[in-house]
Amino acid sequence: MKIKLLLSAAFLGALSFPALAQSSFDVKFQKMMSEGFKAEGIAGLDRIKQDETQKFCSDPKLINTKQGAAKAIEIQKLNMATIVQPTDGKYIGDWKNGEAIAQSGRGSTWTDKPDTVNGGGCYNCHEIDKKEISYGNLGPSLWNYGKNRGNSKEMLVYTWNRINNSKAYNACSNMPRFGHFKLLTQEQMQDLMALLLDPQSPVNQ
Amino acid sequence: MRQLSLNLMMLKKLKPLFGILLASGVVLFASTGFAQSTADEIAKYRQMIADGNPSELYEDAGAELWKKPAGPKNASLEKCNLGLGPGVIKGAAAQLPRYFADTNKVQDLESRLITCMSTLQGISVQEIVDAPFQKGLKKDMDALVAYVVTASKDQKIKVSMRHPKEKEAYELGKRAFYYEGGPMDFSCATCHGSNGKRIRLQDLPNLTTQAGAEAGWGSWPAYRVSSGQFWTMGLRLNDCYRQQRFPFPIYGSDLLTAVSMFMAVNANGGTMQTPGLKR
Amino acid sequence: MGDPMRIRAAESNGVVDVKILMKHDMESGQRKDASGKLIPAWFISTVSVNAQGKEVFSADFGSAISKDPFLNFKYKGSKGDKLVVSWVDTKGDKRSDEATVS
Repeated sequence: MKIKLLLSAAFLGALSFPALAQSSFDVKFQKMMSEGFKAEGIAGLDRIKQDETQKFCSDPKLINTKQGAAKAIEIQKLNMATIVQPTDGKYIGDWKNGEAIAQSGRGSTWTDKPDTVNGGGCYNCHEIDKKEISYGNLGPSLWNYGKNRGNSKEMLVYTWNRINNSKAYNACSNMPRFGHFKLLTQEQMQDLMALLLDPQSPVNQ
Repeated sequence: MRQLSLNLMMLKKLKPLFGILLASGVVLFASTGFAQSTADEIAKYRQMIADGNPSELYEDAGAELWKKPAGPKNASLEKCNLGLGPGVIKGAAAQLPRYFADTNKVQDLESRLITCMSTLQGISVQEIVDAPFQKGLKKDMDALVAYVVTASKDQKIKVSMRHPKEKEAYELGKRAFYYEGGPMDFSCATCHGSNGKRIRLQDLPNLTTQAGAEAGWGSWPAYRVSSGQFWTMGLRLNDCYRQQRFPFPIYGSDLLTAVSMFMAVNANGGTMQTPGLKR
Repeated sequence: MGDPMRIRAAESNGVVDVKILMKHDMESGQRKDASGKLIPAWFISTVSVNAQGKEVFSADFGSAISKDPFLNFKYKGSKGDKLVVSWVDTKGDKRSDEATVS
């Protein structure tokens, strides 16, 4: 029993070393961040606590090194492992709802309520239906997405994964992880899938 | 016969700006061709409204507030030192943020105005920080900021990195700029870290380059036509963080000063276009 | 008494170019607040500009004129003309400011 306690104490001691090894600049930075924000509405201070993906992607120098490239693959695997396929086995929902979800940029800010329905904000970054001329270019055009790629099982799973957690394919993708952080419900993501992949969707005309 | 030619600018809240463009019969080209003609139309609109910037009304109010005795000490702000000496406002904003010996820290314009309002006038720092944007003490801040930044219009952006704390503020700001957080993994760099990007039809300056930083840092504070309000840099940064789904950045904090320092130093050599006029 | 206006007026070749910025919320009466209630209408209803005592411009503003209106017009006049700009709003509040043509 005593040995176990000694071993765990040594283990905990080892864990605290990285904290001591932090540069004084790191300490200054953490202090600035922790003193720079306050919780407001639904936006709590847990939001500035980074997970491994965010930590990695906050270091532009590291990303461009060999070490960074290797870590990126690790991060991608990590994210892929957490993706959940639709519980009802349905990949395609209603594209009309999908368009509305893609148009709405609402939700998750400190001025939103806990029961505010989140939008996907997709048009903020993507061209989707060509009829919508107010679209951003932070992401690639999704016009004719389904028409160009078809409806194979692989394509359904790939697209589902991308919407759920784009970092499974690109560690530092700019795209939010809509499934991972429960920003969108399963049904909403099924509707977005329809917008992109339903042959009847205006996106595929 | 009296000659009367009327040119009334209808600065209506143009939320669906593209709706107006459609109404004026813009033809739909292929996506890149259309995006260009849309950008041209928006540029034309900006030229049209460039005259008659309502920021001037805030500037007038600020000029009065600067001289008016206020606070428990019943003193004016005429001795306020924004870095170029007590009471000197011409060109002051173009050299902020900077290190101040009396507070032993790097301060941006709003942080420094808080210092002046509290030390010269006895006004509570916490009351200024806690006041809701555009109300009460923050309304006074809007006017003072408009007054001070107007006095730097067309000046060269000249932010110092000589003092070690100025260098440090820049590096802290840079790290904050790339800091991903919140449920959408956004950092400032997500939107402002590369060239040629836009959200919907809103162009995003690349704040890591001189040209982009000059465009961004040099044109805020500004009057926002769509909300009919004057936005200080403090409000602009606050709303950025809100849309990044972060928690609430504390007004006047070292964090906001550091982020400002990063943008301002990157913009060095450029020209101040403040106060700006935005959609 | 409403908030001060900013008036600029410059003469060139016998024509005075007048630019006026007015500070006013110009509520149309059609906007709703956060709780869904209509914000009551409150806007400048009439504007009048006199040069050397004679009216050179008058307007009836309606609910379509937006916040902090900017007005620009020209009239035949001279340097040194004394301009008086006045407005009245739907609550009966008034504002009057003067400027000299440069």
